[in-house]
Amino acid sequence: MERVPVLKIGDILLVSIQIDMSDQTALALQEDLAERIVEIGAHGVVIDITALDIVDSFVGRMLSTIASISKVLDAETVVVGMRPAVAITLVELGLSLNGIRTALNVERGMKLIAASRENDLGHDEEVKDPEPGQAATSA
Amino acid sequence: MALTMEESGRLVGLLTTHAERVVQRWTDIVAALLRGRLSQAELRLQVQELHRSMIDAGAEGLTDIQSGSAGELRASLAELSRGWARQGFSATETAVSLYALKDVLFELAETGEVELRDVVVFGGLVDQMGLFTFETYVQTREGLIADQAEQLLELSTPVVKIWDGVVAVPLVGTLDSARAQVVMERLLQTLVDTGSPHAIIDITGVPAVDTQVAQHILKTVVAARLMGADCIISGIRPQIAQTIVALGIEFGDIATKASLADALRHVLRLTGIEAARRQPRREA
Repeated sequence: MERVPVLKIGDILLVSIQIDMSDQTALALQEDLAERIVEIGAHGVVIDITALDIVDSFVGRMLSTIASISKVLDAETVVVGMRPAVAITLVELGLSLNGIRTALNVERGMKLIAASRENDLGHDEEVKDPEPGQAATSA
Repeated sequence: MALTMEESGRLVGLLTTHAERVVQRWTDIVAALLRGRLSQAELRLQVQELHRSMIDAGAEGLTDIQSGSAGELRASLAELSRGWARQGFSATETAVSLYALKDVLFELAETGEVELRDVVVFGGLVDQMGLFTFETYVQTREGLIADQAEQLLELSTPVVKIWDGVVAVPLVGTLDSARAQVVMERLLQTLVDTGSPHAIIDITGVPAVDTQVAQHILKTVVAARLMGADCIISGIRPQIAQTIVALGIEFGDIATKASLADALRHVLRLTGIEAARRQPRREA
């Protein structure tokens, strides 16, 4: 069975999907990702789909699931490099990939994760000092 | 309404014997009809060309305008018709100019140069020629319209880069499904090519926004978002804002601005805030 490699860059995981996804590969990828996130304490996952010509509802759901899993493990998911044709098809299908952040390319995706991480930390610090109870509810 | 070989031969004979008179009268009648919009000399050349190809076709046994021997005649009729269509003459003028030949034949009949029976038979052929030019004329005009529609589609959907990482699409004219599709594809492709994370769709030039147009714009915005770019809609005129609210169109969390300038300011502030926040940190 083919496996999608999961690369570690700093505390961000990079997944570049270059093969047609089957049920098996998708499940394996979800497991691999979950393990790696916990293992290295990653706070971001970048999924690169530049090579994908077709994104159907199955791949769409897989992306959503990965995003949800990562979120539970406190890592943000960014899908990058979607082709125009793919985006148009998804819109026509009515799939808007709710809850998934997107970026034009890997570089911008990693910047996005870094920026939002910085935002979160800054936000927590600001709120924590004056009112500790507020931070607990917002976290 | 086909001619017999014998009639065809008589026609050639007639056109050859009275060549100068036929060409002259034909030119005169058409010139009067066009009221000087085509120079006499040019007109004469075209009439001569037609006259010559009719004789050539007749010599090969012209029986029907659709027959194989009339190939050259059809070609010169088509050329004449296409030329006139491009110069802006109406279809009627083109056809009637050919029917002028019937008047010439009739005049010849009056002076007894040709039998009345033949005039009727030749007239049938002239009718066919007239209809043929009419058809060619319509085809030419349809081709012109198709070309122009295509050019319009290309001209009317420019995607311009207005700042680093900011592209704008000034939409002008009615937005139908075909145009919306072209706009969407162009915009998304430009986002990829330039790596711009911000896009502004300016609808100042869109005369009316109905639910369908709104749907097209929304689809474009959602598609751009899927690719990781943020879209802003600008140039919403007061009446359009009223229509949008009256129709109950929801733009959701898509930023809308009154003018392109406001949209650009909004985008610059988005990117500017990041830069402004980091600088003091570096200094510290």
